[in-house]
Amino acid sequence: MRKSIAAPSVTLASVTVATLVLAGCNGHQSALAPFGLEARSTLWLTAVLAAGGSVIALGMAAIYFVAARAPEGKLTHQSGMRLVLWLGAVVPTVVLTALLVWALPAMRPLPTGDSDLHIRVEGEQFWWRVAYARSDDKGLNGRTEPLLLSANEVRLPVGRTVVFELTATDVIHSFWIPGLAGKMDMIPGRTNRLVVKAEKPGTYRGVCAEFCGLSHALMAFDVIAMEPAAFDAWLTAARIPPRRTQDRGAALFAREGCGSCHALAGTSAQARIGPDLTRFGERLTLGAGILEPTDGHTAAFIRDPHRFKPGARMPAYTHLTQEEALALARWLKQTKAENAR
Amino acid sequence: MSLHDQDDPALRAAQEQRLREVWAPPKGLFLRWTDTNNNQVGNWYVLTAFAFMLFAGVLALIMRTQLAVPDNDLVGPGTFNQLFTLHGSVMMFLFAVPMFEAVSIILLPQLLGARDLPFPRLSAFGYWSFLIGGVFVSGSIFFDAAPDGGWFMYPPLTTRTDLSGLGADIWMLGLSFIEVSSVAAAVELIVGVLQCRPPGMRLNLMPLYAWYILVVAVMILFAFPPLIAGDVLFEMERLLDWPFFDASRGGDPLLWQHLFWIFGHPEVYIVFLPSIALFAMLVPTFARRHLLGYPWIVLAAVGTAFLSFGLWVHHMFATGLPKISLGFFSAASEAVAIPTAVQIFVFIVTLWAGRVVWSTPLLYATGSLAIFVIGGLTGVMVALAPFDWQAHDTYFVVAHLHYVLIGGTLMPLFAGLYYYWPLVTGKKLSDRLGRTAFWLIFVGANLCFFPMHLSGLEGMPRRVFTYPADLGLGGLNMASTIGSFVIAAGIAVIVLDLCRSPWRQMAPRNPWQAGTLEWLAHPQDENWGIRSIPLIESRYPIWDQEDFVRKVDEGRYFLPDAEEGRRETIITSVLDARPVSVIRLGAPSWKPMLTALALGGVFILTTYHLYWLALVSGVATLAMVLWWLWTGTAEIPEKPSKPIGHGMELPLYISGGASPGWWAMFITMMADATAFSGLLFGYFFFWTRHADFPPPDMAAAPGIFWPMIALMLALAGWVATVAAREIHARGGIGAGRLLLLFGLATSLAGVPAGLAGPWLSGMDPATHSYPAIVWTLAIWTCLHAAVAAIMQAYVLARSLAGRMTPHHDADIRNVTVYMHFFALTAACAYATIGLFPEVA
Repeated sequence: MRKSIAAPSVTLASVTVATLVLAGCNGHQSALAPFGLEARSTLWLTAVLAAGGSVIALGMAAIYFVAARAPEGKLTHQSGMRLVLWLGAVVPTVVLTALLVWALPAMRPLPTGDSDLHIRVEGEQFWWRVAYARSDDKGLNGRTEPLLLSANEVRLPVGRTVVFELTATDVIHSFWIPGLAGKMDMIPGRTNRLVVKAEKPGTYRGVCAEFCGLSHALMAFDVIAMEPAAFDAWLTAARIPPRRTQDRGAALFAREGCGSCHALAGTSAQARIGPDLTRFGERLTLGAGILEPTDGHTAAFIRDPHRFKPGARMPAYTHLTQEEALALARWLKQTKAENAR
Repeated sequence: MSLHDQDDPALRAAQEQRLREVWAPPKGLFLRWTDTNNNQVGNWYVLTAFAFMLFAGVLALIMRTQLAVPDNDLVGPGTFNQLFTLHGSVMMFLFAVPMFEAVSIILLPQLLGARDLPFPRLSAFGYWSFLIGGVFVSGSIFFDAAPDGGWFMYPPLTTRTDLSGLGADIWMLGLSFIEVSSVAAAVELIVGVLQCRPPGMRLNLMPLYAWYILVVAVMILFAFPPLIAGDVLFEMERLLDWPFFDASRGGDPLLWQHLFWIFGHPEVYIVFLPSIALFAMLVPTFARRHLLGYPWIVLAAVGTAFLSFGLWVHHMFATGLPKISLGFFSAASEAVAIPTAVQIFVFIVTLWAGRVVWSTPLLYATGSLAIFVIGGLTGVMVALAPFDWQAHDTYFVVAHLHYVLIGGTLMPLFAGLYYYWPLVTGKKLSDRLGRTAFWLIFVGANLCFFPMHLSGLEGMPRRVFTYPADLGLGGLNMASTIGSFVIAAGIAVIVLDLCRSPWRQMAPRNPWQAGTLEWLAHPQDENWGIRSIPLIESRYPIWDQEDFVRKVDEGRYFLPDAEEGRRETIITSVLDARPVSVIRLGAPSWKPMLTALALGGVFILTTYHLYWLALVSGVATLAMVLWWLWTGTAEIPEKPSKPIGHGMELPLYISGGASPGWWAMFITMMADATAFSGLLFGYFFFWTRHADFPPPDMAAAPGIFWPMIALMLALAGWVATVAAREIHARGGIGAGRLLLLFGLATSLAGVPAGLAGPWLSGMDPATHSYPAIVWTLAIWTCLHAAVAAIMQAYVLARSLAGRMTPHHDADIRNVTVYMHFFALTAACAYATIGLFPEVA
């Protein structure tokens, strides 16, 4: 690699880069590894644009080379002006018009129907509030309850059209699952729609793409694309509140007033200020996509969230002992235990 | 063309002695900073902007070091956010735009064969404002108080005082101050191009650099004011809690994005076109022939400027705007590639047709075109909305914009540096070091920014202080980091080259054998600019006009002398450059610097909420401006006219549409009206956003009565001023004064009348966007009424002091221009707030 730095050529640098890319491709958060319809068609567009762009760039370089080498008077005034007209004006106009005619129809959103799954996601500093609903039960307008509340994780069925309804409450965020589709901003006071269709089951990752403050870089979420039947089964099961033991963890949850910010379905804790913790135990990551959800991490996060997430609104619980925090962490995880049973 | 007098060497020597004395810069440790000559001010300006570029570059190196490996903790998120915000803001506002203005201040008079620009003290004022504001903004990072919202400062993150600190105010107020100085420079450059050309240089003989400066300065005039309007709303929200961008109280964060990008997109071309302008000067020199397709490139530049105002929404493709508007803005964004391609091909065919002489400047030009073309092609990609939805706000965009700005601004400036260094210092830079630096920068830039296309598409959003290792982006980021240090090494070589320059030999005059006027400059720098102002018959007079250099040097053209010991230059007509008058230019003075200090005080003290001190500073600014105007403008000359040679006699005083002062006022007011239309846009934007605007409980506010009274007062003041001008010009001094007095009274009465509507109907601006925007429009208009009153009082005082007579009436003519715009502003503002609620 160091050798190529000194080499005075773009091509060599590009080769270096290509090597680096092959070495470092990721399959779970990349527009180059699509699992959704939109991302797949955009990747095709990207490939065509990149190829066309390379041809034009090399062509321009060749013309420049010829121009600089040509002896004086090789090009007459008249033929020079004809070149400007054709290469500078006519050819770009034709190429760009063709490009627009070909590419812009890709903006048309997928058709939606009344029974489509709607997932409402609200951006918060620095996490995601998630609600699932059917479009026909009007759950999203607040008139009836949504099917399910969740946070920092989006599950969606493969092969079905899903409508994301995106907004934010504090500042502007942007909802981006690179493998699924392009991004859409979440703007306070507005609700934007993003219609997608996943094509390949798997576990992926989405991130916040609009700078939103101190921990913007630490605002991600897990995306789980499931087979339709598995998704339906999950949704049905997830709507039944897990039964929790009444042990030390429960007492700590009550004593520390966790319920004044967080919700646990089936308990008296119903606050919507912080992430809903009902399904906490089944999440793949902790703290909006930044940590492995081990008990140790959870306990450490409870005691000092700002160590992991500067600027988070959750207060620190440094007065809890490590052992108390661990008890709380284990108790919160009981979603999983319930599911397994 | 020969003139007998000039055959006498003794006479020429005496003339040269007089010119030298008149144009000599003031000496002394402190006094030298009072100079206003474009050579001095331009050099300070360039050096300062260059220093800011180095500073912002160091910030970038810290960022790149932090991002070299995943999960790095060299700097925390708080510092990192300040770093990228300041890097972008400094590069844009303290380097790219000021650098173009600085270079133009040095070059333009030379290119136009003028002794100086028409308002040298305004240039100096602009420079001092830039220095004060720039140090204020960039120094904040040393106190951990730098802005941290990204260079486009999207609210509500930046307007909520619980989420953002002093940094946001420093950004808004500090940069507003610099925007004012940018607009001042734009006024100076436009009037310079339009009226300071040498006799015979019709618009179609103008050097292309001047064309580009004209285009870019006009763009500044229309692009910066919407941002200034946005800044006003932004600070009103931050300091007074007026909810323009707060969705919960009827505001909308997208209003800021519109206002910012109406500025922000033209801004890209504002920093790019001057570089093309440098190419347009150096390509013919190294192709040893005229540029092919002069009309093409001029039309392409104008076309780019027009189109650039219709593209801003492509920065907002992901905000959920209607698809139809995305389609329109996609197409418009693609269209701008066409004039750009025309300009590039004009250079290529010129090289093709000519005999190419390889040189360091041409090497930089070639490399920057290569980089720029890649940036332009990725621009074509991101202009397509479906692709942009993936690329937007990722490192792909970071790559795109750096390709465009390095290829379109930074490297062309280095081409210009190597090309024009002999013009400024009389010495050439080292070709060897120049080439070394070129290759380091060229390879470094590609190594740094090419991988970013991929890291962006592979899921790396921009403005992240770190990224997880499992994204697999470590390699790409390491390559970028190494590339950034290679660029830095290249720039270090250039700095070294510059530092060694004073010990090098003098270069011959016109070392590149160029054909344009600026190369008349002598290596032994004379401050007077040009020995005599030539008659121009060609686009490349040094190549085409017989004996040109000798005739200029021997003072055989116009204005070869400074008999009265005053700094002077010739004003010519706008289209065909016929000599119109000789104007006396401002001499060295403390006033520009002190005025900049006082105005800086207003912005800086407001940042720290020291409102009373800010008010004092504001009053001081006003006093300084009035003093400056009173002692230095519209001076009645000791004789009506003077000879400029060849039997021509030109007046020493002109007023009205032919005078630079009138044009400056007109141009300034165009900017003012544009800022106002930004605020008005806000009103109607809210109206389109809300089903009920005004909200039902405020439907009757501010009522029709008071806005209409205020409007009538404004119109009465306007009519009175116009009438005063006409009657005064016909000798009716007394009647003119009475009319002015009446106008003064109506303007003053207009202030309370304008505020009475929202005040008496009890509109609380903190409750909703409607009262907030109504108050803003009313206050804006009332401030203009107050300024109108000050101007009318000033003109009255000038008349009473005998400094304005029916023949010497520039003051009242210029103030009338202001009054036209004031009447227009008042009509729009009061019709909107008074009448629109009736029809809405």
